[in-house]
Amino acid sequence: MSFMLGITPWPAVSALLWIVLINAALYLIRNTVHKAIQAAAQGLHRSFRMASKAVSRSETNLAVRNRDVLLAAGREAKERIIEREFDRINETVRKDLANYSALHRSLSESIGRIEKDHQEAVDVPPDPPGWVKAVGAVADMDAKDGRAHIGSILSDIHKSLVKAHKEAMTAYHAASAKRHKLLRHMRPDWRKIQQTLAAVGKSVDSLLSRSVTIDRHMQEYEDMIHGHDRAMSVLSSSSLVNFFVSAFVLCIAIGGATINFSLIARPMAEMVGGTSLIGDFRTADIAALVIILVEISMGLFLMESLRITRLFPVIGALPDKTRVRMIYITFTILFLLAGVEAGLAYMREVLLHDELATSALLRGDAGATATGEYMWITTAAQMGMGFILPFALTFVAIPMETFVHSLRTVLGLMVISVLRALALALRLLGNIFLYLGTLLQQVYDLPLFVPLWIEERMAKAEARGASDQGLKGARL
Amino acid sequence: MKRSIVLTLCVLLASCSNDTAPRNTGVYMLLDTSGTYAEELIKAEQIIRFTLSRLDASDSFAVARIDTGSFSERDIIAKASFDDRPSAINRQKRLFAQQVSEFVENAKPAPYTDITGGLLQAVEFLNEKGTGTKTILIFSDLKEDLEKGYIRDIDVELEGFDVIALNVTKLRSDNIDPREYLDRLNAWQGRVEKTGGQWRVINDLDGLEGLL
Repeated sequence: MSFMLGITPWPAVSALLWIVLINAALYLIRNTVHKAIQAAAQGLHRSFRMASKAVSRSETNLAVRNRDVLLAAGREAKERIIEREFDRINETVRKDLANYSALHRSLSESIGRIEKDHQEAVDVPPDPPGWVKAVGAVADMDAKDGRAHIGSILSDIHKSLVKAHKEAMTAYHAASAKRHKLLRHMRPDWRKIQQTLAAVGKSVDSLLSRSVTIDRHMQEYEDMIHGHDRAMSVLSSSSLVNFFVSAFVLCIAIGGATINFSLIARPMAEMVGGTSLIGDFRTADIAALVIILVEISMGLFLMESLRITRLFPVIGALPDKTRVRMIYITFTILFLLAGVEAGLAYMREVLLHDELATSALLRGDAGATATGEYMWITTAAQMGMGFILPFALTFVAIPMETFVHSLRTVLGLMVISVLRALALALRLLGNIFLYLGTLLQQVYDLPLFVPLWIEERMAKAEARGASDQGLKGARL
Repeated sequence: MKRSIVLTLCVLLASCSNDTAPRNTGVYMLLDTSGTYAEELIKAEQIIRFTLSRLDASDSFAVARIDTGSFSERDIIAKASFDDRPSAINRQKRLFAQQVSEFVENAKPAPYTDITGGLLQAVEFLNEKGTGTKTILIFSDLKEDLEKGYIRDIDVELEGFDVIALNVTKLRSDNIDPREYLDRLNAWQGRVEKTGGQWRVINDLDGLEGLL
């Protein structure tokens, strides 16, 4: 610094001289520096823009792929639903309408019986006994006229006719009772017909409602085939919901598996030893973990064999006979493992009691070794849990399948968001560098305001001179 | 493909390789049975039970008495190298506790106190067991009293050993001149630390938590 201020005897003059020299130097290289700044800023701007475009392209590609995956998953799910609906319809038709001919025959028989009974029950009223009145009138005349012998004959006839009439009425009443009885017999047939028709109506209604459901699913399926935005948004939201719900259920399952692990890890030490290590982990712990993982695997295979899940297409494509065999095999293994776990849970309780007894002995508290009367409850509960948990873990396959399928979509959505943010950041950076270049140029020009002002004045003067010369030339 | 298989196998083998350094614990406890100190054996039994409760699979534990000539296997009252099955460990612990109880009930005072001999025996036992940590518990007043003819003026190699003096009671003479007690402790600390051992004294038997 002292050297710089010492180039003349007067420091102020030296400083001024330096300022003039530096200004001159900066002014001379101004264009070059401006170009360099511009080139650097443009270069960075373009690089970041290119990177942003590349990221945007990746994002677009990923979005397309994600859309395809989502649509494919949606189509597959929808196909399964429609297939299931058709299965149900098939089941309904097979169960309720397959015996339609028998139903028809039963209906015809019932109707035939009703017709026959109805015909038999037709009420034929007896002839009106008008001549009985005539005979009565004759008998009355006989009494007035004193013709006793005719009167007595007619009176006998009258009596016998009255008797015949009574008999006819009795027969008529019996026939009426019989008809009523026949009509009463018709009642169950009517009810049967009514019930049969109601059942048929119910089946038909069920088929109709199912056909409405199928129509709705088919409409959604068509939307998916055509890739409509509505279908996409529905699938995206359902995929997110599936992801979170399945993740929640998997967390619960992990809790169950952890409890299961704690049930069998301790007694496992009795089988494989408590001190041997594999890596940094106890062999007993690894063995317990392996048992639980094998159980989960068996559960997965069982669910696959039952065609409840479709994580392994090979299992789903197996012939039915092999698949059923696989169901039996996996269930047997699962059952045996559950039995082993129940045994280990019992062993755990025994070991715990043994350890408590030893600890009490070592503490000198022999009274504490006595076990409670109801200790069998905890033992039974542990054994029960040891037996049930493997079967409960079987159902992990269902949320796992949902989780795996929705994970692809959710991961895709997350990566898309990240790429979108990255593209925006790169684009922003590119623009920042571009404007930074302009700013740097302005900042560079800031100390050069004097030479620039002179340059501007000179330029104006030159322009004015040129215009004056032009005007003179024009006048001449 | 072949390379990836080899790599996977290497990773698996590396993960399966056991750390060769043993992680088990070895404890050797010396019980002073000389003179009036024999009356303290009830406390020693409590310490032994506490130690037993702290030991686990593959640990080793031995209890030996200090008498006239302690550098002998015959002075070992009870010893056990615990199995790695929990049920067997519990059985071993119960048996061990029973043996110690029987000894405490029938213990007779020894005329002399050969602590150095017992220490030598402890080092030999624990080195033979090759445990990861080696701890020697000395339940004594640390007053060595050798019979004529016994040579114990030797350095005991205690590199890697924790030597813990327990219940170091004050003798009547210590009460008259406490320097004797302090000198005794310092002398033993010097002997242990000189050959690379770690020395500790625990007189408060209620604070045994940090024993092992």
